Amino acid sequence: MTTSGIHRRALLQAALALPFLWLRPAWPSQLRAEDRTAPPPGSRHRERMLLLIELHGGNDGLNTVIPYDDPAYYRARPQLAIPRDQVRQLTPKVGLHPALSPLMSLWDAKELAWIQGVGYPKPNRSHFRSIEIWDTASDSEEVLEKGWLSALFEQYPLPGGFSAEGILLGKGDAGPLGGDKTRTIALNDPAQFFHQAGTVTPVSVPTPNRALAHILEVRREISQAATDLQGRMQQVPPLPIDFPSHKFGKQLEVAARLIAAKVPVAVIKVTHGSFDTHAGQLNAHHRLLEELAQGLLAFRAAMVQQGLWRDVLVMTYSEFGRRVGENASHGTDHGTAAPHVLMGGRVRGGLYGTSPSLTDLAAGDLKHTLDYRSVYATVIEPWWGLPAVVFRSGRYPAVDCLTSWGGA
Amino acid sequence: MGLSFDEARHLLSRAGFGGTPDEIRSLMTSDRQGAVTQLLTMPGNKAVTPPPAWIHRLPPLPKLRKFWTERERKAFHEQLKMQGHALKAWWYRELVTTRHPLLERMTLFWHNHFTSSLHKVRWPAFLYQQNVLLRLYALGSFRTLLQAIAKNPAMLLYLDTQTNRREHPNENFARELFELFTLGEGHYTEEDIKQAARAFTGWHLDHQTGAFRIDLRHHDDGPKQVFGKKGHFEGDDILSLTLEQPQVARYLVGKLWREFVSDQPDPVTVSRLADSLRREHYEIAGVVKELFLTAEFWAPENRGVLIKSPVELIVGTTRLFHLPLDEATPHIAYGRRLGQDLFDPPNVKGWPGGLRWITTSTLLDRTQLLQRAIRGHETGHPHGMAGMTQAQGATWMATEPLDVVQATLLPLAPAQPLTAGQERGQAVHHCVVDPVYQLK
Repeated sequence: MTTSGIHRRALLQAALALPFLWLRPAWPSQLRAEDRTAPPPGSRHRERMLLLIELHGGNDGLNTVIPYDDPAYYRARPQLAIPRDQVRQLTPKVGLHPALSPLMSLWDAKELAWIQGVGYPKPNRSHFRSIEIWDTASDSEEVLEKGWLSALFEQYPLPGGFSAEGILLGKGDAGPLGGDKTRTIALNDPAQFFHQAGTVTPVSVPTPNRALAHILEVRREISQAATDLQGRMQQVPPLPIDFPSHKFGKQLEVAARLIAAKVPVAVIKVTHGSFDTHAGQLNAHHRLLEELAQGLLAFRAAMVQQGLWRDVLVMTYSEFGRRVGENASHGTDHGTAAPHVLMGGRVRGGLYGTSPSLTDLAAGDLKHTLDYRSVYATVIEPWWGLPAVVFRSGRYPAVDCLTSWGGA
Repeated sequence: MGLSFDEARHLLSRAGFGGTPDEIRSLMTSDRQGAVTQLLTMPGNKAVTPPPAWIHRLPPLPKLRKFWTERERKAFHEQLKMQGHALKAWWYRELVTTRHPLLERMTLFWHNHFTSSLHKVRWPAFLYQQNVLLRLYALGSFRTLLQAIAKNPAMLLYLDTQTNRREHPNENFARELFELFTLGEGHYTEEDIKQAARAFTGWHLDHQTGAFRIDLRHHDDGPKQVFGKKGHFEGDDILSLTLEQPQVARYLVGKLWREFVSDQPDPVTVSRLADSLRREHYEIAGVVKELFLTAEFWAPENRGVLIKSPVELIVGTTRLFHLPLDEATPHIAYGRRLGQDLFDPPNVKGWPGGLRWITTSTLLDRTQLLQRAIRGHETGHPHGMAGMTQAQGATWMATEPLDVVQATLLPLAPAQPLTAGQERGQAVHHCVVDPVYQLK
């Protein structure tokens, strides 16, 4: 064991012992100057919804927002590069994968922001560890137990009318909403959920048995959520929008119905994947991106139709991007930084941040140009109107991609 | 001193899939040492359920598949689907009928450790062969198991060793070898992974023969440095170097502890068992026996503190109530819905398990499964328990005293106490849908 190894483990233990410290409020004196435009804490924007899309498996950012003008891109990817004439150009330097064509209407409407080069220092290339870092907003070498949204909601609890912090659709886990005190509802098929929930009676017995306590708590959540959701969803007519029939499309359809029914939760999380394209990437990635774009287009149409598009922020995230160079299996291995989407009726569309250099690499990988916690800060500060939070390693500025408060 | 009813019940639920009152009582004549030895004594390490007919077939060669019509392609996908289903049905049958539940529990443990999935590997016969391997060494030598799994066809495909070549090393296997199979996160460096990946270059499955081969044209035989040691390491050298790390035994014992004892391993006892595992050359049966004989395993505060996995819940309930198995189709479907689709773990880390088995969605599905089972819904007995006990021979529910029925079904007192004067059928239903039935 090396000295740094021991140091690292000591650090991990220290972090485990103090799971709450990282999200302490920023110093008020610092805040006052910077946040003059922001509404006060306990803000009136808590009704605004966040739709999280986990691109599970590590999306290949380079073949998503493509630096088609850079010869280094074509050198690194003799098999996998998207030919220049197929790229949907956003700027003279970068453009979208052709499978993302449906998103061009949103780009033209300036409702789609691409945040480039998102990552974190000392990138970890393990799926599980890296998504844990993203989920908990930790540094690369600290282990935190709680999801970043769970920690946020503990510090700034939702107003009383909310029936849960989040709803999970699809196969993914709670991720950023993971934590004992966070109420999440896993909801694949609403009709089935309501039927089954009727058969569960809540019991409350105090017990030191963590497994039993967990089961009892889940039963309580089911009963409460079912009563609440059912009442609301019954009052909303079906959406007049056709969603694509793939799994991702169906998740977004349920999400749209829930939002249309004004279900009182702050976050809905959906999962799309697997983006872990180690081999035979071209076809698989094309399909994944096409499904993503089709689903988002239908979701946007539903929200516009409901007059709710300005109350929803869509955010993608993924554990990492992929290596710059392709591998011999016509795929790509685990890499680092990647671009992500923020999208919605209050988003000022465009390209944000800097595209990472393809020649100035760290061991064959992109160097991130924006810390992922800046994306989180965008959700926390301008979107929800909460005070800035200081993460363990400091404060990260929000991305200035939402329309100003004055324009609200 | 012989075991109490509760102790024997506890051992059977942790080292197997639970037991009927008769099975529980038959262990009560032994002491702890005797009972554990009895569970570990088995005549072989092979499944007795006859396997499907296609288990030795090889997948069609890629160069032939290129010329397939759309129709042939479709037929092939259908065939894969049917074989995948038959494979799952085969294992469920073995799980439900085995006379050596601990062997199957350990095979499940390794399936969740050395994961591979039908989703990625695609050829069900390879997954069958991997399952046979996992069972063969389930209670044997971890060293032998590790060496064999690294060359196992399903694993070669699952973690892309197949395309790991000198020119472009693919690090997938090397990374999971350290992170998930032997050491755990934080006990190796990124550089160790890169160097180790080179040692496995050229390793692949020969599609002509279905055998493991090393292709020297794609193998990197240059000098490598792993864990601070330098040499012209080959893949097997990397495995040996890894097994020299004391962390391996600690990692394995910790994982076994969470599987069989509690979700909070005791560091002192783990360390003691890890030392003994290393001393005994990674013999798994020995450490499993020691684990079952620790004071912590038997401690009252560790009873009923683990959540049954979906497969434990489904298999255990089927065994306990003598539910019919037939083609195992409902078993497979419920396994998937409850979050544990055999031969299809969600990713290389396997099923996360523990508290995560129970979510708002899976708890509802578990309740539905149990209600259907107990109503005889899936069994075709609309008369409920009476029909079930008659037809299936699970008579103990009706003939045993009520306190024995409750103690058989539940590891702890029910969260909702039984009400006096309940009819026996209602009492059984009450216990099975009680939250405590989810625990072991």
